[in-house]
Amino acid sequence: MPSLQVLLFILLGIGAIATSVATITRRNPVASAMNLVAHFFMLFGLYLTLQAQFVAIVQILVYAGAIMVLVIFVIMLLNLGKEQSLDEKFSPYKVLGMIMASAFVVMMMSMILGKPSGYTQLSDKALANGTTESIGNVLFTQYLFPFEIISLLLLAALIGAVVLANRTAVK
Amino acid sequence: MTDILQFIFTNPFTSAVAKGGLVLNVILIVAAFLVYAERKVSAWMQFRVGPNRVGPLGLLQSFADVLKLYTKEDIVPDNADRFFHRLAPLIAIAIALAILCVLTPASYITIGDVKYYISIAPNVNVGVLIILALTSVAVYGITLAGWSSNNKYSLMGGLRSSAQMISYELSMGLSLVGVLMLAGSLDMNKIVASQANGVWNIVTQPLGFIIFLVSSFAETNRAPFDLPEAEPELVGGYHTEYSGMKFGLFYLAEYANMFTASAVITTLFLGGYHAPGLSTVFSLLGLNVVEGDLLMVLIQVGTFAAKVGFMLFFFIWVRWTLPRFRYDQLMNLGWKVLLPLSLVNIILTGGVMLALQQLSIL
Amino acid sequence: MGMDFLTSAPIVLISFLSVLCIVVDALTPKSERITFYFAGFSMLAAMLMAAFTMPNTGTAFNGMITTGGVATFFDILFCMGGLLTLFAARPYILRENVEHDEFYTLILYAVAGMMVIAHAHNLLITFIGIEIMSVSFYVLAGYFRSNTKSVESALKYFLLGAFATGFLVFGMSFLYGSTGTLDYTVMANNIQSGMINFPMLLSVGTGLLIVGLSFKMAAFPFHQWVPDVYEGAPTVVTGFMSTAGKAASVSALMPIAYAIIGESGHQVAGLLAIIAAGTMLVGNISAVVQQNIKRMLAYSSVAHAGYILMGFVANNEKGMTGIVYYVTAYLFMQLGAFVLVSLIERNIDKQLELRDYAGLSKKHPVIAALMAFFMFSLAGIPPMAGFFGKYYLFIAAIESGYTWLTIVAVISSMISVYFYIGLVVQMYFKDAEGEGIDAHQPGLAGLTLTVATFFVIALGIMPSTVEQIARSFFK
Repeated sequence: MPSLQVLLFILLGIGAIATSVATITRRNPVASAMNLVAHFFMLFGLYLTLQAQFVAIVQILVYAGAIMVLVIFVIMLLNLGKEQSLDEKFSPYKVLGMIMASAFVVMMMSMILGKPSGYTQLSDKALANGTTESIGNVLFTQYLFPFEIISLLLLAALIGAVVLANRTAVK
Repeated sequence: MTDILQFIFTNPFTSAVAKGGLVLNVILIVAAFLVYAERKVSAWMQFRVGPNRVGPLGLLQSFADVLKLYTKEDIVPDNADRFFHRLAPLIAIAIALAILCVLTPASYITIGDVKYYISIAPNVNVGVLIILALTSVAVYGITLAGWSSNNKYSLMGGLRSSAQMISYELSMGLSLVGVLMLAGSLDMNKIVASQANGVWNIVTQPLGFIIFLVSSFAETNRAPFDLPEAEPELVGGYHTEYSGMKFGLFYLAEYANMFTASAVITTLFLGGYHAPGLSTVFSLLGLNVVEGDLLMVLIQVGTFAAKVGFMLFFFIWVRWTLPRFRYDQLMNLGWKVLLPLSLVNIILTGGVMLALQQLSIL
Repeated sequence: MGMDFLTSAPIVLISFLSVLCIVVDALTPKSERITFYFAGFSMLAAMLMAAFTMPNTGTAFNGMITTGGVATFFDILFCMGGLLTLFAARPYILRENVEHDEFYTLILYAVAGMMVIAHAHNLLITFIGIEIMSVSFYVLAGYFRSNTKSVESALKYFLLGAFATGFLVFGMSFLYGSTGTLDYTVMANNIQSGMINFPMLLSVGTGLLIVGLSFKMAAFPFHQWVPDVYEGAPTVVTGFMSTAGKAASVSALMPIAYAIIGESGHQVAGLLAIIAAGTMLVGNISAVVQQNIKRMLAYSSVAHAGYILMGFVANNEKGMTGIVYYVTAYLFMQLGAFVLVSLIERNIDKQLELRDYAGLSKKHPVIAALMAFFMFSLAGIPPMAGFFGKYYLFIAAIESGYTWLTIVAVISSMISVYFYIGLVVQMYFKDAEGEGIDAHQPGLAGLTLTVATFFVIALGIMPSTVEQIARSFFK
């Protein structure tokens, strides 16, 4: 019998694939978005089985808890409930996209299967790296500069949103 | 007996089921009595009697209510999205219960030579973040309820609540940073341990406490921030179209959330399961109780319950005292007052910590 | 760590002042003037810092950014571009009655982002810098919110830009997967010593990276967004985007070219040569048929990206020197041309057709003369700055064995002369229909034009000065 960790990994992996497929196949936008949320929860579980606790929780906190809420917010406000509004016609670009995507999958699979890592369990280093402390340490020493400079990016986006949304700006 | 317990709690499968079942039952019973308590307290505040017919002093009133909800007809509106209409209350209650997994009502019990931590997920490296993450996901229950009912009042209620919860999550999370800086950890057990010297975080973090408290009220959709279900404007808000036990689940979730919020406040700001002056009492009585003894665990659980009980009373007290906010006031308070204040709190905490470090007091 | 703050003073300073700028905005409501001066002062200060720290070459913050050298040269260039844009923008947005603090703030942020790109010594920093710059540009392009063309331009730019960023990040992740690092030096060493996993990942990653950067640089075949975006965006912003923005993308490709392309041999150079040839031809041929002057300049800017790419094809000291010189010259002449367009333009999108320029020399001789001057320089007619830029790049390409590319470049240069001189002919040898057009008083924009003209002349008279400075970076 496989250990609980492996069992969970397999189950969550299947769940993650199923929900991501459902995300792109469901016609109802709300259902699609909720499947994506479910997908994030599966990823959350996957990260936990890999002992990446901080990344796991950030996945929920940021993606499921903030970004997807806004997405659903927009879907509801625009009342995109009707599926025909999302109907698309067949186009050659779709085929091209599919070919590119499958080529990509083949490439990745050949690499993953061609050179197995040989690991059967998590190393001690991996266990230690997943904690909030270690990420915090790296963030404030090695990656101090990008961490600080990214605030500039967020501020720029914030100002941009104000410029574009501010009602009094139109004269 | 010990053998059976040891088996159950060492096997990961059974221990998960056992712990989950235990907490589920406790919280459901607590929530039931909380409803009763709310009615009694409100009655007391308004010089009324309150429920007193079912059982002694009306104690069984909530159970009668649940029975009534179960037997009621379950109505789903014609044009509702049936799947999400059913899913929404389940999300609401599931999230409310899931947060309990990181709470620590007592430290640990020693059976044999093994320490058993009294918590479903003890010593989690990201304990506090789990609470924040799950509260942020709780929005879905309400939003989906509002949307799937296909009713404009419900939708308005749902949208309002999601806007409200997103807005207050920020100040809620940031107000905790001060506490985390003091404890140096996100682990609930360590945060409680950092308050073991009797200096609770409410003393060192008064601003953070107030911000967190106000945000908790908003996050639980309790008065004075119960705009999502403001009756005069929105009929019943997001649960207008719910009836029977589905409505009951939302109701239950609200009280479960209240309980969780009180428990989290207790853990983070009110010293958790630590009772001040306990060791003095023990030495006066000549008792030798160390951490890990059954008696100690019972005392800790009792202390924790007492503090949580007070916080719950506080929640009810506020609801029956303060009038409801207007929507724009709510948003202004969240974004223009609480958010900057919580940032100020972080800077203040960091500055004071640095100054104390320099003076080598810390 | 303390030393790091000193050696990376320009970037630290402008980041700090950018953040402070918002505080100043908030504390002084309804006083756009203060923000204007503050943003100008910030760029000036950063420029001086860059000049001071130029000799201190090295890395800072754990190898995250480079200091001194060519990065500081680009800093000066970006700050100069930002300042010139700022001066030209104030009378322009005052005319259109849409002056807000945020315009100046966003220009400052874009400059800060460009400087981050120039200093990057790590793929992560490059990415963050590109995003800071792009986000500012998206918003600046849609700054005229009541004008549909401006909004369309912002939306197109944003959607396509976000898509290109996806390619960029994908490429970066592949490179990381292959080399196990994001640091340029370590990456170059790993590639050189063959310490890489999955060679295919490396080549696919490089390809995706080039796709992403080609978009940002407006190179063929990812240039289609350029005419629509440049036409719809406020003219001064277009000038800024097409000069400093392009220079920033070039500065992003520079260390990448050194770390990856230089080490992985001639395949990538061949790919770049094809992109360069396509960019030059498509840009210049499309520009010939344009009737709108902003679209014409947009296509010409595509063509100039092609010339710059020739330096990357050569990928040696000469090529890099040529790039630095060309980018400098291009910044002043293209910015000058766009500022002149903004003076003639009316009511956001009127008076932009080529036929509106007919007979301009009679009514506004100075503006017409300056426009002709910039057009000659853009066409690469000696002794203007544009000529020497092309000269350096062509020589570099020939010396590294890409004679066919140089022939293509010369042919496309000749095509470009047709439409650049075509505008001069319009202004000088055609008669205006009816009254002819009125240009606006330049105001502060006059300063921009003076500085731009000065530099175009100076670079043309003394090309070796800048060339020697640029060469010293690549020794």
